[in-house]
Amino acid sequence: MAIEKLLKYEHDNKFSLTISKSESRLYMSFIGFAFIALFVGGLMGLLQVLVRSGYYTLPAGIDYYQVLTVHGVILGLVLTTYFIIGFQYALMGKTVGISETQFRVAWLGFWIMTLGTIMSAITILYGKASVLYTFYAPLQAHPAFYIGLALVIIGSWIACFVNWRQLYVWKKKHPGEKSPLLAFMVVINMIMWFIATLGVAASVLLQFIPWSLGYAATIDVLLSRTLFWYFGHPLVYFWLLPAYMAWYAIIPKIIGGKIFSDSLARLSFVLFLFFSIPVGLHHQLTEPGVQTTWKFVQIILTFMVIVPSLMTAFSMFATFEITGRRKGFGGLFGWFVHLPWKDVRFLAPFIGMLAFIPGGAGGLINASYQLNSVIHNTIWVTGHFHLTVATTVILTFFGITYWLVPHLTGRKLTPTINRLGIIQTIFWAVGMTIMSTAMHIQGLLGGPRRSAYSEYGGSEQVAEWGAYQVAQAVGGTILFIGIVLMVYIFIKLAFFSPKGNEEFPIAKEEMDAEPTPMWLERWKLWVTITIALILFAYTIPIIDIIQHAPPGSAPFAWPIGNN
Amino acid sequence: MKKKTLPKSSSQEPNLKGTIISVSIIGLIIVASWFGVFGLFLSR
Amino acid sequence: MHLHKYEKWWLIFGVGTLIAFLLILAYGAFYLGTHPQSHGVTIDPENIGAEETFKPENLGLTKLDEGKYVLNVVASAFNYDLGTDEEGKPVKHIQIPKGSTVLIQAVTPDVIHGFNIAGTNANMMVEPGFISSMEVTLNKPGEYTLLCNEYCGSGHHMMFATVEVTE
Repeated sequence: MAIEKLLKYEHDNKFSLTISKSESRLYMSFIGFAFIALFVGGLMGLLQVLVRSGYYTLPAGIDYYQVLTVHGVILGLVLTTYFIIGFQYALMGKTVGISETQFRVAWLGFWIMTLGTIMSAITILYGKASVLYTFYAPLQAHPAFYIGLALVIIGSWIACFVNWRQLYVWKKKHPGEKSPLLAFMVVINMIMWFIATLGVAASVLLQFIPWSLGYAATIDVLLSRTLFWYFGHPLVYFWLLPAYMAWYAIIPKIIGGKIFSDSLARLSFVLFLFFSIPVGLHHQLTEPGVQTTWKFVQIILTFMVIVPSLMTAFSMFATFEITGRRKGFGGLFGWFVHLPWKDVRFLAPFIGMLAFIPGGAGGLINASYQLNSVIHNTIWVTGHFHLTVATTVILTFFGITYWLVPHLTGRKLTPTINRLGIIQTIFWAVGMTIMSTAMHIQGLLGGPRRSAYSEYGGSEQVAEWGAYQVAQAVGGTILFIGIVLMVYIFIKLAFFSPKGNEEFPIAKEEMDAEPTPMWLERWKLWVTITIALILFAYTIPIIDIIQHAPPGSAPFAWPIGNN
Repeated sequence: MKKKTLPKSSSQEPNLKGTIISVSIIGLIIVASWFGVFGLFLSR
Repeated sequence: MHLHKYEKWWLIFGVGTLIAFLLILAYGAFYLGTHPQSHGVTIDPENIGAEETFKPENLGLTKLDEGKYVLNVVASAFNYDLGTDEEGKPVKHIQIPKGSTVLIQAVTPDVIHGFNIAGTNANMMVEPGFISSMEVTLNKPGEYTLLCNEYCGSGHHMMFATVEVTE
């Protein structure tokens, strides 16, 4: 009996296929593209904080908002999407495998996304699309910008289809078995992404493209915003969930432990699928055309999505404590002191976890209905998402890079790079603490986000903000040094590190772990509930928006210099 | 004879005292910052 | 599915806190009536002058009664139109006695703008096709900056006025 159990344990935990050279090239293409985006976007960020300090003017008449558009689009949409898709492919390749056809289709997706990215990038560089990454109508960019965005979305859908197919094929071959945890998580994230991007795709394809080409005279502004935010909030969970994948299933292995609870990890992902999407109205709380009742309904749903993050916080600490105690570190916090602080694969994501404490608390405030008017569109919001996406998510992605890139390129993470990585992490932590704190405080004082340097006629109130903007420039400069370090580390790991075999760390369950209930794999049920919640939260508001629509808006190209 | 009264379930559970203290600190941070901004809202 | 005893405690505490927050917010919203603006009143963005409120002579601050004011604003790229003074110059500075209630009504003939009296709860989006409105009471004397906090184009950061709350 014991042997049987052991065999089954071995079987359940052997999910680690070998990634071939050609597969590696695919995954590395996505990840490499993400690092190019990191460098370009980071440079733009540096320019922004310098301009806002009041001591620097952009050369050659470059528009601040053009720089800001590049920053938002290339970091918020390009870096994240490319890294996530590359990482998720690697996870699928490692746990369930990829077929020849799937592999070819995946490349097709890469090229469609890349074509779209290049189209949008050129349009922005020509100054024809300084509309920021939210591209709110009726500011009108050149049609190529919207067409490029549509191609990026369509290319990312191909990754969805491939990932779903990968798990489907695996499940056919392994009837009655639970899917590997990481594959389960990837598929959840891609279902969420697909459902969410339908909103922005509908808006871009049916509203923006015909309107920017002149086929439609006017656009329904509120509808376009509502469709954007229907996508805009799950977008942030699309960034966060890959970080959670690493926290739940990879970090335990790195610290020498086991998965705390396979079932709870899956349950939290299912809850994220349910509650990430029907919450977009909390970005539209101060808008005139959306009914209060439905704003409040979506606030309640937004609060629901906090629950799986509470579960995650507990799971992380529990993993650390159980692992530490098993290694013999007693006392109340002995386990904490003895975490592998000198291993950058742990340290970087750990700092990311810490950042999510103020990040999450701030998010809760943002979504708190009336309280939103204290911070809406102030630079507090910028400070908030530089904690969540630009620290929690990105430091976890860096933490993944340290082992994934050498694993894919057949190299080693050397002690020297590890040390450099720790320095990089410290730069990031220090720079972001300074920048984000200054942004939060300035925001509470009323300082606006998305604004070039301005003294607003020299009022006393605005003069008070100056010191915080200088602090942001200091923090931002430290962060940019961090970006240069990280790009150097990436190049080193990808091309110059010594040859070797770097481990792809996937944690196992405890030997006597409670079996994961099979009901967690009821995919059709999860998708049905997700759609039902969306219909509940959005049907009436959208019907109301369409029925009570004011006359539409003609395009405005001149305010952004798109003449 | 007294041993019979030992609770059954908790003896198998891992010791997570540090975890519950850590998450409680997180909880307090959340509550404090929320009421901080709530106070600001009311005062304005 | 097994939950550790402490995890149950944590989730009960966490969910309890979330419910408490929601109840406080709901009390404020549905009992005291403190909502973010959401009136859904529409207007033709290409013909805002057709609305009496936004005719040029009605723009700016108007005293209705002791401690009661109305502030009508047209926000356009890149300017807040607060009417004109006796000399016909555009108003860029308004004074409101502290403690008075001000009904703010704002529209845009072009793109989306923000309307934020920085450091106060007077914070709303101004979108083409809708009349944005909210009532605020400014209790703390001082000089505040009214500024656009939603990107509206290359001159976005030049769009402002000042609001003085007087003793």
